[in-house]
Amino acid sequence: MTKEEKRELVKGILFTSPWLVGFSIFVIYPIMASFYYSFCNYSVLQPPRFIGLLNYKDLFTDPIFWKSLWNTGYFVIFMIPLGLVTSLSLAMLLNTKVRGMAFYRMIFFIPSLVPMVAGSILWMWIFNGEYGLFNNFLMRVGIPHPPNWLMDIRFAKPAIIIMSLWGLGNMIVIYLAGLQDVPVSLIEAADLDGANWFDKLWNITIPMISPVIYFNVIMAIIGSFQIFSQAYIMTGGGPQRSTTFYALYLYQTAFEDFRMGYASAMAWILFVIILILTLLITRVSKEKIYYGG
Amino acid sequence: MPERKGMRLLAHLALTACSIVFALPFIWVMVTSLKPVEQTMTLPPTWIPKTYYIQLSGKRLEVKKGIVTHEAGVIAVVKDGPKNGERIFIPNSQIKGGKALLQVQIADRIVEDYYPIDTEKEVQPGWVQVIEKLPTQYEKTEPYWTFVPPREITERLKFWFRNYLDVFIKIPFLNYAKNTLIVCILGVIGTTFTSALVAYGFARIRWPGRDFIFMLTLSSMMIPFSIVMVPLYGVFKAFGWIGTLQPLWFPYIFGAAFNIFLLKQFFITIPRDLTDAARVDGCNEFEIFWRMILPLSKPALTVVALFHFLYAWNDFMGPLVFLTDKKTYTLSLGLQIFQSQHGGTEWHLLMAASAMVILPILVMFFFAQKTFIQGIALTGLKE
Repeated sequence: MTKEEKRELVKGILFTSPWLVGFSIFVIYPIMASFYYSFCNYSVLQPPRFIGLLNYKDLFTDPIFWKSLWNTGYFVIFMIPLGLVTSLSLAMLLNTKVRGMAFYRMIFFIPSLVPMVAGSILWMWIFNGEYGLFNNFLMRVGIPHPPNWLMDIRFAKPAIIIMSLWGLGNMIVIYLAGLQDVPVSLIEAADLDGANWFDKLWNITIPMISPVIYFNVIMAIIGSFQIFSQAYIMTGGGPQRSTTFYALYLYQTAFEDFRMGYASAMAWILFVIILILTLLITRVSKEKIYYGG
Repeated sequence: MPERKGMRLLAHLALTACSIVFALPFIWVMVTSLKPVEQTMTLPPTWIPKTYYIQLSGKRLEVKKGIVTHEAGVIAVVKDGPKNGERIFIPNSQIKGGKALLQVQIADRIVEDYYPIDTEKEVQPGWVQVIEKLPTQYEKTEPYWTFVPPREITERLKFWFRNYLDVFIKIPFLNYAKNTLIVCILGVIGTTFTSALVAYGFARIRWPGRDFIFMLTLSSMMIPFSIVMVPLYGVFKAFGWIGTLQPLWFPYIFGAAFNIFLLKQFFITIPRDLTDAARVDGCNEFEIFWRMILPLSKPALTVVALFHFLYAWNDFMGPLVFLTDKKTYTLSLGLQIFQSQHGGTEWHLLMAASAMVILPILVMFFFAQKTFIQGIALTGLKE
C-alpha cells in the first residue's frame, strides 16, 4: 500500500466511522446476538440458557407459527399483484397528461403519509360492522348482508389488504416517475408501426420500467413481513389468529409471552427468508430487466 | 383527434372517481371529529355535523334527538310511591283512570302497580324526544327533555370543535406531542448530519473495503426491525434506557442505511472537477464536505430530513417496545392506548385525536410537496 492509498484509507474510515460504530452496535451485534439467543431459553429477566435446537424444533410443530407464515403469505399473494395493478394503472392514467395531474397525484399520495396508528383507527371505524361507512356503501350498491369485516375469520385479512391498497400512493409516485422516463420516441415509433395500446404496454412500457417494478416488488414483499401495527391495533391478531402476521406473532412471543429465545429463532427464520427472496429476485432481475444507459 | 379526446375524458372520469375513493376516508375523519357523539353512530351515516333547536317558552334551546315514539302518551310527574316526583313518559296503554302502571322496586323485588300522576303534556305518535344539549358531556346536572313533533325541530350546520378540546382533557396530548417532537428533531439533526458525513466517505473517497462495506450497508436496509428488536431491547436495557426516549433517536445519530444510500447517490453526481479545484486551493477533505458538498446538496438533505421526521412521527413499533412509562409516550403510542381504552364508543374523540396526529404531517407535506414527490421518485429510480 502506498502512502497515498494509506491516507485515503484513513480518510475513508474517518468519514464513515460513525456509521461503522452504529452499524456494529445496532445492526451486526443484534443479528449475531439473536442468532445466539435462538439456541437459548431467554426471557430478559434471566440470562440466556443454551438449549440447542429446541426452539427451532418447537417452532416447526407450532401451529400458530405456521398460521402466521400462511397469513403473511396470503397477504403477499393478494397484495402484490393487486397493489401492482392498482398503482401501475393509476400511474398510467396520471401519465396520460391529463390536466390537474399534480392535484390527482397529491390526492393519491397523501394516504401513504398517514401515521399507521391513525390510519388503523380510521379504518376500524370505516369497517365497523354496525355504523361503518364501508358496509353502508356495500348495502347501498345492493349487497344486503355485508360481513363484519374485522370480526370475521374470512374477511379480516381482506380488510387489511383493502386498507393497504389505500396507502400505496408512494408506489404510484414511483411508477409515475418511471413512466415519465420512458422515451416518447419509442412510443411514437411503435405508433408508426401500427402497434395497439396493449402492444405498446407489453413491449415498450413494461420492459422500460421493469427496474422500477422490480424495486417495488422487493419492497412490497419485505414490507409484507413487517405488517404489524394494522393487525396489532385493529384486530390484535384475531379473530382466531386469522390476522396474526409474522411480525405480530414475533412481537407477541417476545414482549407479551417473554419467550425471547423462541422469538429470536423466528427472527432468524425471517432473516433467511428475506435473504433468499432478495437473492432470488436479484438473479431473475439480472436476466429479465432492462437497465437504461 | 376525437378518439384522443374521448380517451382523455375517460381518464379524467376514472381519476376523479378514484380520487374520491382515496379522499373519502379523510373527509370521514374530519366529519366524525366535528360531530357530537350521538351523531357519530347513526344509520345511515351522515356527512354533515348538525345541531338541533326547539323553541321553549319563546327561547331557543339547543337539543339532541332521542327516541321516536310510535304510541300516543303523556309526559307526567309521578305523585306517589318510590318514583314520586320523577318526570317520565307514559304511553296511553299504561294509563287507567288517571293512574299510570309503573314498574317499581320495593325492597329487592320489582313490582308493577298503579300510581297517581300529574299530566304535563300530551304526546302524539311520531313525536321525537329532544334532550337539552348541555355545554359539555361531563356535566352533572340533569338535562331537560320533552317530546315535540318533528316539524318543531330546526337544524343547523354546526362543527363541534369542542371535541378537540375534549381530547386534551382526556389524554395528555401536549405531553405526547412534546415527546414525539423530541424524538423527531434529535433524530433528524443526528441522522442528516451523520448520514451526509458517511455518505461522503462512500461517495468521494476511494479506499479499500469501501464497496464491500457499502454493499453490507445496502443489504441492511432489507432487515426488518422485528429481526433486531429483541437484542436491541437487551442493549437498551443494559444502558438503562427502557422507558426513556433515547432508544428512539440515539441510534440514528450514527447515520441510517437508507439515508446514507440516498445521499451517496446524490453526492456522486456532483462533478469531481469542482472539488479537485478546491483541493488544489488547499482545502482539506472536511472543508470540501462542509463548504462545498453540503451547500450543493440541500435538496437531498431536505429529503432525508423530511423522511426521517415522517418516520419518527409515524413509528409505532419502536415506542411500543421501548416506552414503558406513560410520561414518555409518543403520539402514536398514546393514540393507540386511548383507542384500546375508549374504542367502540367515543369515535368523535378518537377521530379528533387522529386528525391532530395526521394534520401536522399534511401541513408539512403541503409546504414541501415537491421535495416529497421528488424524494419518493428518487428512491425508486436510482440504481
